[in-house]
Amino acid sequence: MDAFLASPIGILALTVAQTLALLVPLLIAVAYLTYAERKVMAAMQMRKGPNVVGPFGLLQPFADALKMLLKETIIPSGANRALFILGPMLTLILALIAWAVIPVNDGWAIADINVGVLYLLAISSLGVYGIVIAGWASNSKYAFLGALRSAAQMVSYEVSMGLVIVTVLLCVGSLNLSEIVRAQKTVWFAIPLFPMFVIFFISTLAETNRPPFDLAEGESELVAGFMVEYSSMTYALFFLGEYANMILMSAMTSILFLGGWLPPMDIAPFNWVPGPIWFILKIMLCLFTFIWVRATFPRYRYDQLMRLGWKIFLPFSLVYLVLTAFVLKLTGWLPV
Amino acid sequence: MIAALAFYVFAAILIASAVMVVTSRNPVHSVLFLILAFFNAAALFLIAGAEFLAMILVIVYVGAVAVLFLFIVMMLDIDFSRMREGLQRYAPIGAVIGGILFLELLFVFGSWQFAPDAATLRLNATPGPEVTNTEALGQLIYTDYIYLFQVAGLILLVAMIGAIVLTLRDKPANSKRQDIGVQVARAEAVKLANPPSRAGLGQLGIIRRPLPEAPKPKAVGHDHHDHHGGGHH
Repeated sequence: MDAFLASPIGILALTVAQTLALLVPLLIAVAYLTYAERKVMAAMQMRKGPNVVGPFGLLQPFADALKMLLKETIIPSGANRALFILGPMLTLILALIAWAVIPVNDGWAIADINVGVLYLLAISSLGVYGIVIAGWASNSKYAFLGALRSAAQMVSYEVSMGLVIVTVLLCVGSLNLSEIVRAQKTVWFAIPLFPMFVIFFISTLAETNRPPFDLAEGESELVAGFMVEYSSMTYALFFLGEYANMILMSAMTSILFLGGWLPPMDIAPFNWVPGPIWFILKIMLCLFTFIWVRATFPRYRYDQLMRLGWKIFLPFSLVYLVLTAFVLKLTGWLPV
Repeated sequence: MIAALAFYVFAAILIASAVMVVTSRNPVHSVLFLILAFFNAAALFLIAGAEFLAMILVIVYVGAVAVLFLFIVMMLDIDFSRMREGLQRYAPIGAVIGGILFLELLFVFGSWQFAPDAATLRLNATPGPEVTNTEALGQLIYTDYIYLFQVAGLILLVAMIGAIVLTLRDKPANSKRQDIGVQVARAEAVKLANPPSRAGLGQLGIIRRPLPEAPKPKAVGHDHHDHHGGGHH
């Protein structure tokens, strides 16, 4: 068995098995995230939400998926066919490949690479291409305007996200995601770096184009933004990509600030629960906040969005970064 | 063996997409091929063991610079036929310059000699297996060559200030700007209320207009039910 696993075919088979073991639960989680979003928002608005298909409407996501599959895919005649299809594919692929480096438990990452954080940052900065390509290839004004907005928004918020991540890295001394989690053994970074935690969470909202920053698809002015021309599975790919991205960003938040697979306290009732369960619980907490924010806040105006990103978050995170560096240096806590 | 194979695959795609950048008809396709070229260059960095550089290449060039390229190119209104004409006219000059550069590179690499200890250094991305890429680069840039690094930063700062000075214009006198602080600090701009269940806005004094008759209690509390059909956008 060991000899087989060490051979090239064995390595390939192992990687495929690991990938499936991660992706299948992930896609089911995406399906049920849509259900959870509808149920939670319904509860917040004193409605019932989906309750017809299956018990408590639990089969609703599958009914929706089936409906999407059976619809006709329409490609506008003026569209650039290859790029029109490439856009949604890119969105979903990027949302999925980022999971390769996420450590679900100690040592449970498909690829535990040295530059894990940079890999995540690189993949999330590519997400804008799916949207820009889709908006341009649709050959429609609404789609193009939505794509331009979204591109500007994602590029702006990446800057402050990068600074927040640098602050965390200062406290860890490594770019490896497992090391980042292990460094939070005594205290989660959400406590000493609380302002950065808040900035990071708001930036992830903007990065995933979620309300209140969903200007890329602001239906009141742009119909559906960059996905206005998409139908059937091409639309479903965008939809899956957006929700997979939400889960990814929640996973990133819990790794950087909420201690990943670590229990809140290393004492009896908490450390009986296995690490992956803690990790999933933390992701679910972040996702609930995503939905909560969507049900609570009105959409930002575009200039306010840019102002928040460049004039408030960027200077604040820069100052906090310098402050953190000073504190670490003066107290001698700087990791070598 | 697999590393060599991967190198040739990535190198071949890199060169092919670089050719496509120059030859493709649609400028947007050119930018997309440029991005493909960046990716393959990042993959070559990975094979060479320079993982930090590979990631930075993707973050900086693909994630930021190429997005701006794509932005501009998508918004330009380009006349393809005129561009074709220009290509034919300038092709000989371009070919001559390219040829000269190629010959120069050939001469340089033909007569290049490595110092005996540099040849082994060249094969390793970092000074030792226990030092990661990030540490090695940090040591070089921020410790060994800190002054040069600071000078480079100052030069970039000057360039940035220059760009701002060139593009900054005075605001027109009649332009109105939003000052969120002033707006929120205005009296009665924001009213916090904790209404009892099933109370109307008029009963709480939030609607200041006097109501002609007392609101019927039944008409309250049904306004917000029909919004937001579901999870779809």
